[in-house]
Amino acid sequence: MTINALIDSPSELTDSSSARTAIVLMTRIRLARNLAGQPFPGWAKPAQREATLKACRAAVAGTAPMKRAFNLGIAELSDLERQILVERHLISRELSGAKGGAGVVISKDQTFSVMLNEEDHLRIQVLRSGFNLKKAWNAINDLDTSLEESLDFAFSPTLGYLTACPTNLGTGMRASAMMHLPALVISNQMEKIVRAVNQLGMVVRGLFGEGSDASGSIFQISNQTTLGESEEDILKRLSSVLQSIVENERNAREKLLEADAGKLLDKIGRAYGILQNSHVLSSSEAMNLLSLIRLGVDLGIFPDASRSLIDRLFIEAQPGHLQHAQKGEFEPGQRDVLRAARVRAEFANFSRPDVNFTNQEKN
Amino acid sequence: MANPLKCDLCSKPATVHLTQIVNNKVHKMDLCEACAQAKGVTDPGGFSLADLLMKASLNPEAGPAAPAGVKCGQCGFSQLDFKKHGRFGCPACYETFRTLVEPMLDTMHNGTTHAGKVPTRALERKSLYDRLTKLELDLTEAIKSERYEDAARARDEINQVKQAFKPDAAR
Repeated sequence: MTINALIDSPSELTDSSSARTAIVLMTRIRLARNLAGQPFPGWAKPAQREATLKACRAAVAGTAPMKRAFNLGIAELSDLERQILVERHLISRELSGAKGGAGVVISKDQTFSVMLNEEDHLRIQVLRSGFNLKKAWNAINDLDTSLEESLDFAFSPTLGYLTACPTNLGTGMRASAMMHLPALVISNQMEKIVRAVNQLGMVVRGLFGEGSDASGSIFQISNQTTLGESEEDILKRLSSVLQSIVENERNAREKLLEADAGKLLDKIGRAYGILQNSHVLSSSEAMNLLSLIRLGVDLGIFPDASRSLIDRLFIEAQPGHLQHAQKGEFEPGQRDVLRAARVRAEFANFSRPDVNFTNQEKN
Repeated sequence: MANPLKCDLCSKPATVHLTQIVNNKVHKMDLCEACAQAKGVTDPGGFSLADLLMKASLNPEAGPAAPAGVKCGQCGFSQLDFKKHGRFGCPACYETFRTLVEPMLDTMHNGTTHAGKVPTRALERKSLYDRLTKLELDLTEAIKSERYEDAARARDEINQVKQAFKPDAAR
């Protein structure tokens, strides 16, 4: 099955970690597009959905980045396969719940994905590791332009791209960064940050978008508004907000070390102990402990090269990936045992914390 | 009800119905239990209306109502459908329900006019539209200052531009 090939091949998200991705793990941009003269997916009749799906699928598959892409119909995927795609941020939860007439096309390297008949006819997404809004925008802009050659998008000179929900009108663009902010969480500053970010017209969400919690101290920050500004201006505004959050996180780390380095080392050391020795590990506990180890990597307590293992586990300790690796479906309780075993194996040869570390954050 | 109201934030069934008056404008929201709790609506002291206004403006009752019973000629969508789904039926709905959409945009976005990318196919349409807007302005100004020759020229050009518009061109 094609999805196995997808899961087993390296992806931008799981295999490109470096110091560059210390605080901003990845950047994502999505564009909402609809076909002119066609009802939006939520209002379309099944036959109309099938027709737009067919037209969009062909157009998307014909673009250069989608050469030899994974072209999947949602109805043909098992629950587990859908869950894996959600965990990889390649489809949304909403699309994973779709019944008929919905699909997704995912590029070979998993940096592009185009959801078909989600809330809009097309949800074009690009994903880049690290803080890379400009690169991501150039990539998605090119893909969008080449789709335009074969598809007539619903567009109004005053309202821009017309979308099912008026909150996406105009550019139809939602740009986001996935950020790891453990020090802001530990020092109870996240609430303040969220409020400030909201006031600047940006939204903060958990790891898996709307309504998800922020386990692992991972947050998604994205623009709220899409109409009235150019894509470049929105990205510029978002970029400066992200920059200042990175700054705040750096300062918070500094302060934690200054105030009580022993306390922080204790937290990290305990996380290490549990990950190496536990036999029952829930998803959220695993995320939170891995987050502390990742902070340790950033601070120089663990070697830089181990960051990629943590980032891989962030994804692979999720229920879908875990069950896929074990080739079966398991109850949550059984999963926690399997997760602990997996993490123990990975941490068996993980280097011990270096307590004489020198903070490498200063760069 | 066969179709219970949905939460304005997550579209689960709404159980908390909130009405607040801000700046002499009535804002209504329907929320599910979880969102109401998460937003602190049930705790009047800690409830930040500003955060919610954005989504609240989605509620059609907050803006002037479109004539009752109006349905989109393209897809049959009604204002009540919008209240239920929070989404429109088709691109033409934005024209049908213009009076409903326009007041929403102000609170929802950072401006009310598109300033971003324009698809090439629409470029031609957009330049015609820009030209039309300018000519209409010229026409009113010419009439105001009693420059009737200029007014006549503007009127003729307007007719030409209108001819160039495809009949199905979206506004």
